Amino acid sequence: MKFGVVVFPGSNCDADCYHVVKEVLQQPVEYVWHQNSSVAGFDCLILPGGFSYGDYLRVGAIARFSPVMGAIQEFVERGGLVIGICNGFQILMEAGLLPGAMLRNDSLQFRCHPTYLRVEDNTTPFTNQCQPGQVLRIPIAHGDGNFFADAKTLAEIEANGQVVFRYCTPVGEIIPEANPNGSLNNIAGICNRGRNVLGMMPHPERCAEAILGSEDGRLIFVSLLKWWESGGFDGK
Amino acid sequence: MFKANIHVTLKKSILDPQGTAVQKALHSLNYVNVTDVRLGKYFEVQLDAPDRAAAEAQVREMCERLLANPVIEDFTFELVEV
Repeated sequence: MKFGVVVFPGSNCDADCYHVVKEVLQQPVEYVWHQNSSVAGFDCLILPGGFSYGDYLRVGAIARFSPVMGAIQEFVERGGLVIGICNGFQILMEAGLLPGAMLRNDSLQFRCHPTYLRVEDNTTPFTNQCQPGQVLRIPIAHGDGNFFADAKTLAEIEANGQVVFRYCTPVGEIIPEANPNGSLNNIAGICNRGRNVLGMMPHPERCAEAILGSEDGRLIFVSLLKWWESGGFDGK
Repeated sequence: MFKANIHVTLKKSILDPQGTAVQKALHSLNYVNVTDVRLGKYFEVQLDAPDRAAAEAQVREMCERLLANPVIEDFTFELVEV
């Protein structure tokens, strides 16, 4: 399974994602510069976190117009797997590949600490190696992670089962105290209707090995691999 | 040549935590009559356009495509001939 890690000017978690795919998953991986207008040959694309050059105006706003985003749009339409982490999630929303937008954290603080996420759906390509309702411990690091969608869109996201992760307590309760940024309905990650695009604010690549204090993030990458191996993606 | 003065603000229905923080700061300076503060962005965009209507259409398009995110923001602008 060949992975591509998209690099925007200012991406700063690209090397972490590359490392996880190469060393932990033991799969082929290449960086994809944002000026590339082709993503041919890849089975899964990762839009990593970092302060890519959207923040000058609005998170993800400028990155969304990079040439690679046109290729990613087509890749998604063909059923290709895309995961956007943190700033990658923000870019996917600006590009219209995922619904909603990110507001400044309601605390106004940059939040950088471990969070607990409840897996709301373990049948997606991104979570099939998780147990139903499993609680994962994965860190966040963001200032603009307050998920917002208008009431109609939010209702659709919920009704279509697009909420993949919610911030929760260590035992899985979805309560305001477990919400680090003010996100509506404690939403930490959503997928598109086709279920081949995931956006999540927490950083699974930062906790995919025991040496980092948690291996929970590994489950997301292993899920992608299992799903692909079972023939889940035939977008070539 | 035209200059567009563009204001982008969070939609009224969206809570503005930055505005609330500034309001609290104003209250602590004793401006207790301040009942609401909202923060936004201000752009000055100069552009060459054949006439006012063309400039207006372009500025509107810029706002819709890039300068504002219609999911969370509203925009207004005025055009000045320079």
